[in-house]
Order: sequence, then structure tokens, then C-alpha cells
Amino acid sequence: MTRWLSKNLIRIYAALAFIYLFIPVAYTMAFSFNDSGKRNLIWQGFTFKNWLNPCGAPEVCTALGNSIKIGFLATLFSTILGTMIAFALGRYSFRGRNTTNLLIFLPMATPEIVLGASLLAMFLNLGINPGFWTTVIAHVMFCISFVVVTVKARIASLDPKLEEAARDLYATEWQTFRRVTLPLVAPGIAAAALLAFSLSFDDFIITNFNSGTVNTFPKFVWVSSARGVPAQANVIGSAMFLIALAIVISAQIYSSAKARRLQKKH
Amino acid sequence: MAFAHAGTATASKPGRAGMRIPYLLLLPGLLWLLLFFVLPLINLAETSTKTPIAGGETGAYEQTFRLQNYVDAFSENSAQFSRSFIYALLATVLALAISYPLAYAIAFKSGKYKNILLVLVIAPFFTSFLLRTIAWKQILGEEGPVISILRTFHLIGADTSITATALAVITGMTYNFLPFMTLPIYASLERIDPRLMEASGDLYANGLTTFRRVTFPLSMPGVVAGTLLTFIPAAGDYVNAQILGNPTTKMIGNVIDSRFFRIVDYPTAAALSFTLMAAILILITVYIRRAGTDELI
Repeated sequence: MTRWLSKNLIRIYAALAFIYLFIPVAYTMAFSFNDSGKRNLIWQGFTFKNWLNPCGAPEVCTALGNSIKIGFLATLFSTILGTMIAFALGRYSFRGRNTTNLLIFLPMATPEIVLGASLLAMFLNLGINPGFWTTVIAHVMFCISFVVVTVKARIASLDPKLEEAARDLYATEWQTFRRVTLPLVAPGIAAAALLAFSLSFDDFIITNFNSGTVNTFPKFVWVSSARGVPAQANVIGSAMFLIALAIVISAQIYSSAKARRLQKKH
Repeated sequence: MAFAHAGTATASKPGRAGMRIPYLLLLPGLLWLLLFFVLPLINLAETSTKTPIAGGETGAYEQTFRLQNYVDAFSENSAQFSRSFIYALLATVLALAISYPLAYAIAFKSGKYKNILLVLVIAPFFTSFLLRTIAWKQILGEEGPVISILRTFHLIGADTSITATALAVITGMTYNFLPFMTLPIYASLERIDPRLMEASGDLYANGLTTFRRVTFPLSMPGVVAGTLLTFIPAAGDYVNAQILGNPTTKMIGNVIDSRFFRIVDYPTAAALSFTLMAAILILITVYIRRAGTDELI
């Protein structure tokens, strides 16, 4: 018994850590089925009605729609800009490299509240009213660095021999990039885009500073938390969780199936 | 997570026309950061030394280069400052204590379930972090399961509560930043050549010695990245303190937020933001020097 325990101690510890990680998720999901009325604080009974009517609480779907739109635009811009920087850093030597690295690192080392407050102060100074587009601008700004480090890591892990082989086979620089480099870096770009979307979608602090009267899902949750979050917010949170999990798991299955197919061929 | 990987890059030899390519690639992104990150910071610095216009309306300030603003801002809020750093430090240490064994188990003990377990570490992220923090408030609250279990077993008195305490705030912070700690540690453990650990065993080191002398030192870049990714957002956080705390657990983030929005005291908010950022950057620099890993930047 003691031997089994000491041998599996670390596994038990990990299992407990996972329970800790999932307690609030389970709680959020459970309370999406609560027959609660307005204040979703105490368990009243099981119901599907919140799931059948996720837009039942006022404003919740407008806020969700804004979050999705902002997330999509922020992901698009930050992935393009960040990937370009990652290629410059990963593939070229140039003057100003260290300064660039520092400029990429600093936004990640700055607390969100400083990023949010400084940007809003500038917008107000310039007489720009914060709203939808100022939020997009802010999100692109803090997502770029995360895209750069993710894509750069992927570029650094590539086998240079593959590109050399393409050049040996008389591929032009553009062909090499288009047919060899880009497909190899693509999973890194996809991961960066997913990361950017989830950072943007879940951001509260910077958004709260720069969105003016535009409501987003985290803002909705924050404002309603004072008097009890409606169960519809739990439905949306749970649905996001299930959708994201499904995407990630099917991507995993797809890539491992592809790896197995490739192994069989050779 | 990607923090740990960054660093090495294979530079190619660009031709004459190729000289311009890296700059063209950098231009739009760096311009964005210049306009919406660097310029706002300069503007913030400028705001931080302003003073109210005599007889002007609220929110109207003029530049008087009053550096005393910093002294005032700091001395009025030194309690919240030290609280921010103490809470963030405690949350970081707790997150490290939970994450390291977790990352170790995933890297070395999980066999074919490795990828699934990694997904599970990130998965809680997919539920809004505000919803999860509010869930903690209810779980630790008066009607929640934790209190009633502890009371049933007489582990705490009837008048002791967890909700709205420093403990709840630190629990929430530890929880919210846990994946930021776990993933970089996992990434650096994963990269360790297992032959190094075998070699240590062959040289008669026991499991503990192998861990202390081989595995742990090799995982240091991940530990450094993880502690930074946890500490930085934790020190500037005000969401956990707002939802899970009480007025005596206010952190510097709460002060900046209320100075900005409720009191429209932009200079103080700016001075506090700058002090916070400077303090964090100094800590990071010292810490990275100490830990001896420049791999991060």
C-alpha cells in the first residue's frame, strides 16, 4: 500500500490539481441548468430552459456578438502583423533586432491595467471617443506579441534541411516559401490565431478601459455580477467551453491520424 | 508557453534586394506597437506630472511637471502597493507548487494520454475567467460547499468565513494564472533528453539527486517563464480582489481603476501605473539576471 502510494504520489497530486482546475468549470456548467429566475446564486432545480433560450437575458447576446466580432477582427489583424514580424525575426539578420525583441517583450511584461489606462488616456487626449474600433485597436496591440512568440517558436523548430532540399530541386525563393516553409509553419500560425482569439474574447481589463459604451461578454458578466449573473451567461460560458474543446480535440485527432498515414506511406 | 521556446533563430544571408525584406515585414506590426503601446506610455508619463487647473472643471489638468505627484501617489497607496506584490508573490509560489508536479506528471508519467492531459490544462481557459472567478465566490461563499463541509467537521468555527478574505483573493489568483505556470514548465521538461536522467541513474544518483542536480536545473527556463507569466498579471490584477475580496484587500489595480473612472484623477492614476510598471520591470530584470536565463527575450 505505502509502496503503491509513493510510486503513484505524483499521479495522485496531478489528479488533485486537475480537480482544482475543473471545480469552477463544473460549477459554472451545473448552474447553467439552474431553474433560477434572475438571481443565479442558489440551486433551485434542474431545467433545460436556459439552454433553449440562451438570449433570454437582456443584452447578453448583443454583448456576445460584439465579443465575437472584436475577437475575429483582432485575431485577423494580430495574426497577420505578428506572423510577419515572426518571419523577420526568425529568418533574417538585421540591425535593430534586439530593439525589436524588446518591443515585442514589453507589452507582455506590462500589466493589463497599465496598457488599458495608457491607451484610453491617449484616446481621450486626442478627443477620440472609445468604442468598438478602439477596442479592436487595443486587442490587436496586446495580441501581437503572443502571436510573434508562438509563430517564432515554430519557425525556430523547423528543420533547415527541408528548405535546402527545395532549393536544391531548383525551387525559387517564392516557391520554397509557398510550398515548403508556409505549410510547415501553418500549425504555429493556427495555434497563434486560436490563442489571439481566446485572449481577445476573454479580455476584461483592457476592454473595460477602451470600449466606452460598447458591451462585450466579459463586461456583461462583470456588470451583472453585482446582482447575480443570469443563468444565460453560464450557458454561453459552458457552450464556449464545449465548442473550443471539440475544436482542439478534433485537431489533435486529425493531426495524429495524418501522422499515422504518413508513417504508413514510408 | 511559447516564451520558453523563443530565442534561437537561424538567420539566412540576404542578397542586396533582400536587405529590405525584414524591415518591410516588421514595419506594419511595429508601427502598430509604436502608435498604440509606446505613444500611450509617453502620453501617460506626460499626464503623470499634471495638476488640476485652478477653478477648472473635474478632469481638466495642465502640465506643471510636478514630480511630487509620484511621491504623493506612492505614499497615499503604499499599503495597496505592498499588498499587490505580496499577494502576487504568494499566488506565484502556490501556483509553482501546484504546477511543477503537475507538469512533471504530464511530461514523464502520462504515457499516451499526454496530449489529452495538456488540452485539459488549457481547457478551463475556454470558460470566461470572470465566470470562473464568480464561481469561486459562490463555492467559497456562505452557502457554498467548502464552508459547510469545514463546519460539519468542526474544522472552522461557525463565525469564520472564507469569502471576502485575503485567502479567497489569493486562491482566485493562484487558480486564474495556473495554466500560465504549467505550460512553460511542461515545455522545458519535455525538451530534456531522457538520456541525461538515465546517465545520472547510471552514475548511482538516486531519484531525488537526479531531480535536484539534473532535471530541475534543466527546467529552470520554464520555471522562470512561468513565474513571470504568473507574477506580472497577478501584480496588476484587480478583478480577483474586487470579486473575491473586501475593502481591506484592495490592490493597486483597484486604486488605478477607481482613480481613473470614479474620481477622474488621471495624473494619480498615471503616476501609479508608471510606478507599478517600473517596479515590475526592475523585479523582472533582477530576477532574470539571478536565474541566469536570457533565453526569454
